[in-house]
Amino acid sequence: MNLYELTIQEALDGMDRGDFTAVELTADLLGRIGAVEREIQSFLTVTGELALAQAARADARRRQGDASPLLGIPLGIKDVLSTRDVETTCGSKILKGYVPPYTATSVKKLEAAGMVMLGKTNTDEFAMGSSTENSAYHTTRNPWNLERVPGGSSGGSAAAVAAGEALGALGTDTGGSVRQPASFCGVVGLKPSYGRVSRYGLVAYGSSLDQIGTLTKDVRDAALLLNVIAGHDPRDSTSLPDATPDYRTALTGDVRGLRVGVPAEYFIDGIEPDVEQAVREAIAQLAHLGAEIIPVSLPNTDKAVPVYYMIATAEAGANLARFDGIRFGYSAGADRLMDNYRQTRGEGFGPEVKRRIMLGTYVLSAGYYDAYYGKAQQVRTLMKQDFEDVFSRVDVIACPVSPTTAFKIGEKSDDPMAMYLADVFTLSLNLAGMCGISVPCGLDAAGLPIGLQLIGPHLGEEVILRTAHAYEQSTNFGLSVGGLAAASRRHVAG
Amino acid sequence: MRLSPDDVRHVAELAKLSLTAEEAQEYAEQLSDILEYADALKEIDTTGVAPTPYVLPLTSVMREDEPHDGLSNEEALANAPDAADGFFRVKAYFGE
Repeated sequence: MNLYELTIQEALDGMDRGDFTAVELTADLLGRIGAVEREIQSFLTVTGELALAQAARADARRRQGDASPLLGIPLGIKDVLSTRDVETTCGSKILKGYVPPYTATSVKKLEAAGMVMLGKTNTDEFAMGSSTENSAYHTTRNPWNLERVPGGSSGGSAAAVAAGEALGALGTDTGGSVRQPASFCGVVGLKPSYGRVSRYGLVAYGSSLDQIGTLTKDVRDAALLLNVIAGHDPRDSTSLPDATPDYRTALTGDVRGLRVGVPAEYFIDGIEPDVEQAVREAIAQLAHLGAEIIPVSLPNTDKAVPVYYMIATAEAGANLARFDGIRFGYSAGADRLMDNYRQTRGEGFGPEVKRRIMLGTYVLSAGYYDAYYGKAQQVRTLMKQDFEDVFSRVDVIACPVSPTTAFKIGEKSDDPMAMYLADVFTLSLNLAGMCGISVPCGLDAAGLPIGLQLIGPHLGEEVILRTAHAYEQSTNFGLSVGGLAAASRRHVAG
Repeated sequence: MRLSPDDVRHVAELAKLSLTAEEAQEYAEQLSDILEYADALKEIDTTGVAPTPYVLPLTSVMREDEPHDGLSNEEALANAPDAADGFFRVKAYFGE
């Protein structure tokens, strides 16, 4: 077995036994990146020298008896997370060449735990998109089929893990941007509850929705990474002071008596039959393991798309006002200050970012605020109440992540509405602040991965990890590491 | 309601975005489609429903007023497109 096929836990065990060093592991991952990156294009920046230096330090720490939880583990970091001295572009031309003077708290915590950073992964520009096609640099390919998108916006992170280019990765999820690419690439994607992980150093898109999450080969690795990144940060006033449990203790393998809600509104016209069948079989499997299946209703689910696009774009319009060509990033160099603002932003932002800034500006503008933005905030309250009602009767909700498997590159890129509508199953829980996880539950007829979404209440990470882990342990889809690596090898070779 | 290219140019000016004529036309179509779709929200009765700007209870988070190290002047200016004498330098607002 190649080292790049290991899970994080397996790699930690191997290094603890002395089977291989962090330098050997990192060199193997860099070799894998060298072999497949031309086709997959998961990364915007590969930091090979830095990674090998960090790996050498991790080996020295391990020899001295250091037992930090991620000592020598090579990971990818989505390029919307600030990394000191390493270019951070957010997939945008407006930040080409920008080198942050500080590091995001989540990344700092990984570094303190011994991570080796392999590089910065590709993303839709400012995390706005569902396919990585909105990256100003390149489109990442799905390792299972190179003509397909990896999903997005954390498509670089998901593809890197699926292709064996990183043992795990950080992504961000504002409306599904961790769970949907995890589903498309056949890996595990965890979106923690709002406030669970510090957003300090995450370049903001929708501040009331953004949350940093993980992409890993299995559920245990998701728990390992969450253990490190969760917790309060004085630099993020929305990060919660609540104590962080050891999420590994939730992985009991036992879901007997667990109440699993299945919302009717998530099985609608337009869902691909293979997706519906795989998700229903996964729910039946949970019942087989002893869980109680309870039909539930989330009646405002069909309002998630308009509510999300009113709120997220309004927040984006405000957040992206900071890109003015003066303090950092691209500057058009026009002769007059106001012209320089207009040209810098007009030339520096891509089409989807401009579309969302204008939509957000419009819904906040005089005369339209109450009808669009204010109304959306009220409907958001109803959606949150829907979840709270359901979670008074069930422990976890099971449903699809996406109505489809990975679509073809270019298939939806000219039709923003079609792209937005495909997010219908992932948006609601960001609006309500809940947590969710995508775990592989099968392949469609074309051999593309399908994801099961498990939604938990606010700060319910333990119950979704427990459910996802029990399900994962009881199934045998060949979606484990070997299967993933084999799939990417096959497609890269083909 | 449908937005005209002039409406789009007005919004773009509020957001300080230069647009080409083609972009103004294309965005008028696309933004109109999205807003028409969002009109579905108007059918929902939200009488007396409080808005949710944040999912967590909004509280002011305070810390002790103690000095911390921040960025140095050099670090703060390192990414500036234009700087002089320890300051960001901008283009003139008025001119001949």
